[in-house]
Amino acid sequence: MLVLILKILIPFLLIFNLLPLLIWVERKGSAYIQDRRGPNRASFFGIRLGGLLHTISDVIKLITKEDIIPAHVNKPFFILAPFLVLFVACVTYAVIPFAHPIEINGGIFTFQAADLNVGILYILAMSSLGVFGVLLAGWSSNNKYSLLGGLRSSAQMFSYEIAMGLALLSVLLLGGSLELSALIDDQTAAVWRWNFIRNPLAFILFLTAVFAEANRLPFDLPEGESELVAGYHVEYSSMKFAMFFMAEYAHMIVGSALITALFFGGWQVPFLSTEFLRTNAESGLFMVLLAHGVLFMIIGFFLLGKFKSGKYGDKRDYEVIVIGLPMTVIGLALGLYTLLHGSFQLGDMGRQVFAAVLQFGVFMAKILFFCWVFIWIRWTLPRFRYDQLMHLGWKVMIPLGLASVAGTAIVMVL
Amino acid sequence: MSEIFLFYLFGGLSVLMTLLMIFQTNPVASAIYLVGAFFGLAALYVLLSAPFVAVLQVLVYAGAIMVLFTFVIMLLNIRKEELVYDRVTWRKTAVVLTALFFAGFLIWHFLKIPVVPFAPVEEGFGEVHKVGRLMFSKYLIPFELTSVLLLVAIIGALVLGKKE
Amino acid sequence: MITIHHYLILSALLFTLGLLGVVIRKNLLIVLMSLEVLMNAINLLLIAVSRYLGRMDGHVVAFFIMTVAAAEAGIGLAIVVTLFRNRRTIKTTDWRIMGG
Repeated sequence: MLVLILKILIPFLLIFNLLPLLIWVERKGSAYIQDRRGPNRASFFGIRLGGLLHTISDVIKLITKEDIIPAHVNKPFFILAPFLVLFVACVTYAVIPFAHPIEINGGIFTFQAADLNVGILYILAMSSLGVFGVLLAGWSSNNKYSLLGGLRSSAQMFSYEIAMGLALLSVLLLGGSLELSALIDDQTAAVWRWNFIRNPLAFILFLTAVFAEANRLPFDLPEGESELVAGYHVEYSSMKFAMFFMAEYAHMIVGSALITALFFGGWQVPFLSTEFLRTNAESGLFMVLLAHGVLFMIIGFFLLGKFKSGKYGDKRDYEVIVIGLPMTVIGLALGLYTLLHGSFQLGDMGRQVFAAVLQFGVFMAKILFFCWVFIWIRWTLPRFRYDQLMHLGWKVMIPLGLASVAGTAIVMVL
Repeated sequence: MSEIFLFYLFGGLSVLMTLLMIFQTNPVASAIYLVGAFFGLAALYVLLSAPFVAVLQVLVYAGAIMVLFTFVIMLLNIRKEELVYDRVTWRKTAVVLTALFFAGFLIWHFLKIPVVPFAPVEEGFGEVHKVGRLMFSKYLIPFELTSVLLLVAIIGALVLGKKE
Repeated sequence: MITIHHYLILSALLFTLGLLGVVIRKNLLIVLMSLEVLMNAINLLLIAVSRYLGRMDGHVVAFFIMTVAAAEAGIGLAIVVTLFRNRRTIKTTDWRIMGG
């Protein structure tokens, strides 16, 4: 029971801790793409952490703000909607496996909350429920902009869900299963077996559909601020608004996790199979620790090198030292410890855990990369016009999806 | 005994939600309650070891059909006064009594079935590959015919919805 | 202990409620929703009986019923939209011209 609760809680907490980080990445990334400096004002005793503290002050602001419920709204649904949106964005994590299952005392321990036999259908079902939250928010606000936003979003999610389903269909034809863990096993560690190489068309379709599902630019017409003020969440304030915001980022993370699991081998470490990792765990651990030490030292030295006395003329000068020095020391200590300690002795259990931890790390790295892709595309592409969006959804994506399914099926039969 | 608890929880949920759905003046509220009822039923399907049908229930009913309903309700943008619920009449009372009689009749017939506890199910009962195998062997022709049905529905909806 | 009777009675209740909704309501949309409830009651019956008999045929038939429900909802809503477009009302009592 405790294990089950932990299994449910850990991915959930992981995502909720990723959210502020992603908001920071989004702000900083957009700033660099637009050739600005980005957020750098919030400070804690003069330490600014490159704008990372802005997210903390944002959270404090959103929690302590007055929660206004306008008089003209339909109250129960108005309150229900943000919860629904966030709920739907979070439950999909249940079926995502984070590492290769390990054996404990003869029993198999899986790194996923629910190893459902119908994994992919579950994902589709949950993502199709996401429309309700948006639709309800738009309708219950009793505001024509909100209603338009809600209608737009439901039509959009409708249209792109079909393309998403078709892309998924071609993937599960390749893997021959509806279970995500089986699909990842099927892709193996060899990169050329990953689905984005075996079926690039489905990958592009899925990527586009995930963008549309997450309501991110270039498909953020439901909220298009220039024409609909902010779409379905105009009337929301304080934490309820923040929940929509969080749901968007949670959608991003879940979308990235799905893209990774379905098309980029999930937790598979490129070219290194689980067997290989387990047999070579001892030297692997040595190398991983050493690499971390070196990486920390490089970052530390880089930061220390940026120190220039009197650059700003206040405490900001010492920021790089405050962060850079501990990093260098940690890196040095880690590297020296590893070198002096020599090879590690790992039991059977230790080998499995090492492989699982490494796979988990690789999976997270892939997820973060795709989150970055989301942000990157948002700040690069302009928004579609509504008729273009519908045209793309129905007349381009769906025929392509059908072609992808048919092509995959034919190749599989041959 | 958790099964009993779950049965009454989800069964009660679906009945309650259906009742609320019927006696609502606001169609959007009705649609949302109906989604709740469908969720209760999906949970019951899981209890009956039919995970495939349970997920399809959520996917098709809650995710597709009810979204379509909500969409249409919002598209028509019906004002509330058109939905005012009219007074109780003799006719309605008669209808309710008939419904109760009908329910009693059904239940009376159902109770004639011998009470046998559910036998433990075989491995993989109700899971995708087993149901799929059945669907594509014994029920292949009906399955293919459903595609024709859906095509007809698409064309019908298109013809009806098209403006002259 | 949960037996098949529980499920059958629940199914009967839901079916009755759905029927009640179809008969009692004048809003076409609610009538259509009640029709969905009817189909769901049948589905519950099918799944319960297939569990009872240990055969999966009921699951397949439930799948077919869902397909029919989807088609019905699509056509039904298209009809509702068309009716609303013609007379700006979806009350069943306003559409009695065919009944004389």
